[in-house]
Amino acid sequence: MTDTPILSVRNLTIDIPVGGGTLHAVRGIDFDLNRGETLCIVGESGSGKSLTSLALMGLLGKKISRRADRMEFDGIDLMKTSQRGMRKLRGLRMSMIFQEPMTSLNPAYTIGDQLAEALLLHKKVSREQARARAVELLEKVGITAAKSRLSQYPHQLSGGLRQRVMIAMALMCEPELIIADEPTTALDVTIQAQILRLLVDLQKELGMAMILITHDLGVVARVADKVAVMYAGELVETGPAADVFGAPAHPYTRGLLRCIPVPGKTERGAELGTIPGIVPSLVGEVSGCPFRTRCDHAVDACRQPIPLREQQAGRHSFRCVHPDGRAASPQEVPA
Amino acid sequence: MLRFILKRAGLAILVAFTVSLISFSLLFLSGDPAAAIAGEHASDQDIEAIRRIYGFDRPMLLQYWEWLSSALMGDFGESYYFKLPVAGLIAERLSITMTLGVCGISFALLTAVPLGVAAAIRPNSLLDRFALFLSVAGQAMPSFWFGLILIVVFSIQLGWLPPSGTATPLHFVMPTIVLGYYAMPAIMRLTRAGMLEVLSSDYIRTARAKGAPEGLVMFKHALRNAIIPVVSLAAVQMGFMLGGSIVVESIFALHGAGYLAWESISRNDLPTVQALILVFSMFYIVFTFLADVLNAWLDPRMRAG
Repeated sequence: MTDTPILSVRNLTIDIPVGGGTLHAVRGIDFDLNRGETLCIVGESGSGKSLTSLALMGLLGKKISRRADRMEFDGIDLMKTSQRGMRKLRGLRMSMIFQEPMTSLNPAYTIGDQLAEALLLHKKVSREQARARAVELLEKVGITAAKSRLSQYPHQLSGGLRQRVMIAMALMCEPELIIADEPTTALDVTIQAQILRLLVDLQKELGMAMILITHDLGVVARVADKVAVMYAGELVETGPAADVFGAPAHPYTRGLLRCIPVPGKTERGAELGTIPGIVPSLVGEVSGCPFRTRCDHAVDACRQPIPLREQQAGRHSFRCVHPDGRAASPQEVPA
Repeated sequence: MLRFILKRAGLAILVAFTVSLISFSLLFLSGDPAAAIAGEHASDQDIEAIRRIYGFDRPMLLQYWEWLSSALMGDFGESYYFKLPVAGLIAERLSITMTLGVCGISFALLTAVPLGVAAAIRPNSLLDRFALFLSVAGQAMPSFWFGLILIVVFSIQLGWLPPSGTATPLHFVMPTIVLGYYAMPAIMRLTRAGMLEVLSSDYIRTARAKGAPEGLVMFKHALRNAIIPVVSLAAVQMGFMLGGSIVVESIFALHGAGYLAWESISRNDLPTVQALILVFSMFYIVFTFLADVLNAWLDPRMRAG
């Protein structure tokens, strides 16, 4: 593992023009990802997780604008890369798996055609070689009778199988980075664990870096090397998974963790944790901590821009006015 | 796929059979055919004699059977007006109508589909506005007026194109434009709407995420899915062009099947009307069948149905 990160993002900002002004969907995201590492981006719906991943792939819509001080993939400045250049990276060196396996495959073409296309677009191979590679990968993602699947159409497969096909498709060119945007959300609970295990095993086996976008903290705890917690378009806390889970510094992260029942610890019948309030509107000027309206520890200083604080130098950082989040944890606040 | 085709063919034959029943019964729905043939001043004896000569006094089912079996052999009886076999009459006129219909629908598709795709790629652009203007104008302008304008400009003032007749391919240019322009707006709007919907779908994003270039995304991944409703519409339009091109045929003096239908209706020439209705319906059925087969080829999900 080299020291230079495969992906390095500084101050990524995404704006969406809407009827009444500009929606500041993502504001000043920073993160680094090393080869072979897994970064989990956590946050609720609308926090900007998916937009962040689409921005990395260069797949934002025409009207959505992105800015960044730095967005580099293996030393390539993605902000300066042309559409043509991005096309040559996508599918070859960085791949993406989407949330909706039911609608992410083209209904008009066979599985075989769509898998082979991923390879034929980037490499000079024959159709037969591409199909052989497709069979190999279908087997790798645990699909039985792989060869006969090539001539099937997406509507003939279940959701779980389709997501396996999507994974196989993303791996056709052995990318160095794979972005999985809530890959298990649309699947049955019993299938979710299988698909996730498959993804993690393949990632380890092929030595890929992975960004896993999810709102399932249980998943994060099992697979993440690094965690980035997003709230309303901002990165509120980031660091090694063990540190963020072991010593959450931001009130929002602590709130999220309280929402998960822990077998053996949470008493039967006890009320599950919730975070009261709603996410603020991001249309127009957004300043200060976006979480302050829902936070128990909000003070006047929360209205000002909050700098990123380092809990541990270069590792665990968070964006909160309280210098040590834990000092103000709910147990110690007088009732 | 083969099963699907056989199933659809079977259904088409059933529909054709039903249509033949309806077109046969038209003869009797429009009053006593014998009285119609005999004319206004005929005596009761004359009418009775005509009824016997033409066989209208026999059971309906028997008459239908005789009509259908000879129709299947290509014999539609004799025209009351021309006193000639209806089959020959129609065949002669149909070649003109078919030429016009094929040219018209080709013109409509070749202009509407590229324009619809271009408009969908850049919605609200200048090109999109232009396409919208063209289609609104096409929908609002009556064919006869547009036809006359073309004649005034291109035949009378510029002298480029012959105003009427069927002698050379040049004679078909203006009728093709008028007929095609009538069908174009609906096809264009449907292509645009279909493309817009498909372009925002998840599998288009997948294709882009694979690194597919835009041309491939548009034509391989998007158009194939967006064109499906257009195929069905074009089939209906084509059927309509064959039967309903009366206005265009009249303006440009192309004596095609549409014109013959209009003449025969006004002359109460029932065998000709019956045969024409049957022939036009058969075309509709054939085009719909072909559209279904084409759509099943385009979209594998339809093959099950």
